[in-house]
Amino acid sequence: MEHILMGEYDVIVVGAGHAGCEAALASARMGKKTLLCTMNLESVAMMPCNPSIGGTGKGHLVREIDALGGEMGKNIDKTFIQSKMLNTAKGPAVHSLRAQADKHKYHVEMKKTIEHTENLDLRQVEVTDLIVEDGKVCGVETVTHTWFKADAVILATGTFLRGKIFIGDSAFESGPNGLAPSNLLAENLRKHGMKLRRFKTGTPARCLAQSLDYSKMQEQKGDDVVVPFSFMNDKLGENQVSCWLTYTNAETHRVIRENFHRSALFGGQIEGIGPRYCPSIEDKVNRFADKERHQTFIEPEGLDTDEMYIQGMSSSLPEDVQLAFYKTIPGLENLRITRPAYAIEYDCIDPQDLQLNLEYRTIENLFCAGQFNGSSGYEEAAAQGLMAGINAVLKITGREPLVLGRDEAYIGVLIDDLVTKGTNEPYRIMTSRAEYRLVLRQDNADQRLTDKGYEVGLATQERYDRYLAKKDAVAREVERLENKFVGPKEADEFLIAHGTTGLNSKVSMAELLRRPQLNYTDLAEIDDETRPELSSHEITQLEVQIKYEGYIQKQMNQIERYKKLENRKLMQDFDYNQIEGLRLEAAQKLNQIQPASVGQASRISGVSPADINVLLVYLEKQRRKAE
Amino acid sequence: MEATIAAIATALGEGGIGIVRISGEESLPIANKIFRGSALKERMLTYGHVYDNFTGETIDEVMAVYMKGPRSYTAEDVVEIQCHGSVVSLRKILALVLKNGARLAEPGEFTKRAFLNGRMDLTQAEAVIDLIRAKSDKTFDVALSQLEGKFSQTVKDIRADFVDLLVQITVNIDYPDEDIEEMTYDKLFEGLGAVREKLQALLATSDTGRIIKEGLNVAIIGKPNVGKSSLMNALLRETRAIVTEIAGTTRDTIEEVISIRNIPVRLTDTAGIRQTDDIIEKIGIEKSKESFNKADLVIFMVDGSRSLDEEDEEILQYMDGRQAIVVLNKQDLTQVVSREEIAARVPQAVIIDASMKEGMGIETIEDKIEELVYGGQVKQNDSIMVTNVRHKNLLELALQSVEDASAMTEMRQPLEFIEIDVNRSYELLGEIIGETASGEIINEVFARFCLGK
Repeated sequence: MEHILMGEYDVIVVGAGHAGCEAALASARMGKKTLLCTMNLESVAMMPCNPSIGGTGKGHLVREIDALGGEMGKNIDKTFIQSKMLNTAKGPAVHSLRAQADKHKYHVEMKKTIEHTENLDLRQVEVTDLIVEDGKVCGVETVTHTWFKADAVILATGTFLRGKIFIGDSAFESGPNGLAPSNLLAENLRKHGMKLRRFKTGTPARCLAQSLDYSKMQEQKGDDVVVPFSFMNDKLGENQVSCWLTYTNAETHRVIRENFHRSALFGGQIEGIGPRYCPSIEDKVNRFADKERHQTFIEPEGLDTDEMYIQGMSSSLPEDVQLAFYKTIPGLENLRITRPAYAIEYDCIDPQDLQLNLEYRTIENLFCAGQFNGSSGYEEAAAQGLMAGINAVLKITGREPLVLGRDEAYIGVLIDDLVTKGTNEPYRIMTSRAEYRLVLRQDNADQRLTDKGYEVGLATQERYDRYLAKKDAVAREVERLENKFVGPKEADEFLIAHGTTGLNSKVSMAELLRRPQLNYTDLAEIDDETRPELSSHEITQLEVQIKYEGYIQKQMNQIERYKKLENRKLMQDFDYNQIEGLRLEAAQKLNQIQPASVGQASRISGVSPADINVLLVYLEKQRRKAE
Repeated sequence: MEATIAAIATALGEGGIGIVRISGEESLPIANKIFRGSALKERMLTYGHVYDNFTGETIDEVMAVYMKGPRSYTAEDVVEIQCHGSVVSLRKILALVLKNGARLAEPGEFTKRAFLNGRMDLTQAEAVIDLIRAKSDKTFDVALSQLEGKFSQTVKDIRADFVDLLVQITVNIDYPDEDIEEMTYDKLFEGLGAVREKLQALLATSDTGRIIKEGLNVAIIGKPNVGKSSLMNALLRETRAIVTEIAGTTRDTIEEVISIRNIPVRLTDTAGIRQTDDIIEKIGIEKSKESFNKADLVIFMVDGSRSLDEEDEEILQYMDGRQAIVVLNKQDLTQVVSREEIAARVPQAVIIDASMKEGMGIETIEDKIEELVYGGQVKQNDSIMVTNVRHKNLLELALQSVEDASAMTEMRQPLEFIEIDVNRSYELLGEIIGETASGEIINEVFARFCLGK
């Protein structure tokens, strides 16, 4: 068949969800002519599940995306309707920002940004095949048999590939939220030798706010002062909505239990693997039978809609059962459902088939991101999309890839976990997955990453200048505090008033700030006119740096050791069977994953410390032979 | 920055001197903490004493030499301490060096570093790989054999307590919105106190420490006239106990402290445990049971020329789970007891064919005793890894981390900072039993808590 060539691009992105949007924006902003394809323009940056962005670990990802020059942070800052900093009772490393989004506005704003981005075409079209020549991707084919050519293609298909929805005993082909699935593409990817597997996820029902009785629930307000996600914003508007907390009870559990047999999950129809951290309510009732109640937050979906999201209550039970059990929950007695809960199954790849730059190992210039890689969550998707976009551009312009280390970013942890360790369920980031949590804070994401974003040509000059200014202001103030001394006369009254002890001799202001009872703002009382005006971002940064210096230094030392092995690069497309002394299992794993560094190799399960030593000796031998 | 490592660098034997080698950036600072004498100068052998900087006790009279990198074996800063060749002295000095911050060298690690730092030529590279392989395989065997022991079970139990704590901390940090029990400082402090006590108890009974101080307790047991006294004499290499042909001559337990391959061994020859009405013999039998119970190693002698009888059976019942050698004596006669028969009853035991009459099997018994103490490590010129010392070292580090975590909890420091030290202890205990942490905590979080978006 003749193919009509409809356009030539540098980069084509398939899918305009959270991964696809970041990928396309990054590529276009880095100066590459980019096409963003989606099957339905109304689903650009759609949030088909929870109406919020951020949370533990996820909030860190959003900050990092922003620091590199991505869009998610800015977009949620434009469209949030309630914001909360989580974990404030704990230390600075695990403070996590989360905002409720106006879903529709989130979509509209992202679409607007894309439409106004130079070098970027957004197009409603169904991509059905890749054009691959000599193991290298060079474009895509659409459902109308037209071709678009490109040097690189990024797949970000989300849950659309052979999507199948389950509600009770009915199952039907569908993408999320009533959209059409993408079946032809899945078939053709298999033809190109890509190994696909099935994952599953789910979403709870939506209901009308007017049918709820809030007097039976606990109101959950946002923070008094809203902290922006984006480092480009100093201040934001105010919270406009509340969320509501209520609980299931024995009656709810009885209804669910009596209908277990009608759930698609227990009926064996679903073959995909679902995430453990996002179980359906029937799963919770089944696995935690002794738990008397499960909490649920009722969250608004936006300002222009009466629809509410019933958090924690995803289900694949039939609609009649859904209605029955939801109605047993206090405040939900007269519930009117607008969209039923469902489970969805979809095709995705094994991320161990990727390289650390998110390029598919056996098809050159094909990059993959988001749920297609086996992750879960808007933020995880956006982070991968951004990195895939950046790396696709770097690849086709012959530059070194940007691979973030586990010591540099949660994005690095996320991608390294996926590619090196693989995953058996949709992968969610957690702060406990990061070894260097004290250093990877959300307050310093710009200090960790903005220069990298700037260097690859993504972060703007303005962003870079802000980063430098903050860095400079903090450094100068730390130095001033270290060198400004106060004695008992000036300080004792203040110290005792703040519940701490007086001084024997003069100490620096920095030393005082290390006391747990004192913060930087308090210290103004005993400070002088040399004290500068600092922004809240800067104050947070400064306090963390001074208060936790010792611990952070300890972690920095660990990072130094970690880096030694990360910096020992390994050869690619190498046959590890030829290294004598490696155990067979280790050689097989190394052959499969082809790690980029000795450090990465050491994280592969099945590779022992002794194998790493053998590898190091082999490398040294080769180096000397080369001399 | 590579960790500073240390090990005993000489073969353990009857040598007059032994060397403890320390390599890495911290080697000189560590040596300076424990060495009393003239200041250590580069490449100058210096006379002095090693003393315990924690207790003030003097340990040995030594010569020490400092070699600044790259002019040293490993091309790193190296300090070598030459002390008296006794195991006790060497091990005490090594333990002290480790306590001051060095890490016990891995198998072949000095050699590996030497090679990686460009100190050896290419032809030696193959040998280095063999070394790593051979030694790590050996370590693995040891780990397996000790997995069956009480020690590793205790470590596993304590590690499970750490899992509980870490799961609680993790779920508190990563799921702040969930309906779960809060990990308060008081609860954490209590939990840490409990694991700290268990670690301290384990360390207090640490075999290594006791063996260094008191020697290895070995009990020889078996029914009368099976050859126990002959074995004891052979090990003593002089006739000490009365050896006769009449059953029941050893009326009392005989205890001797001897040196086997330079290891202090407290050897007890027992009276056997058969039923008797003879008062004197009865006392002997009670004592036998007692020494049997406190033994680190039991040597059970069986007369291979006669079928196992009731008395043998009774002893076999006591052998359950004990470090044991079963000696099939009287190989000079026709054998009726098979090795399989014994192995089925005492699977953990090493079975040795012997004939006391012909002096056969004695050396094998000595090998086994040595192996037990040194954890089956191969003697190598560059490093001797003592599994027991390694365990103790790891336990001490784990205890230190728990103490740090407790102190931080008392000071109400942020949970995620405390978690680092708790996690470190958990990883160290994992190193002892050869289990890696990968994913365990997160798996447990989802297994134990009902979480969801």
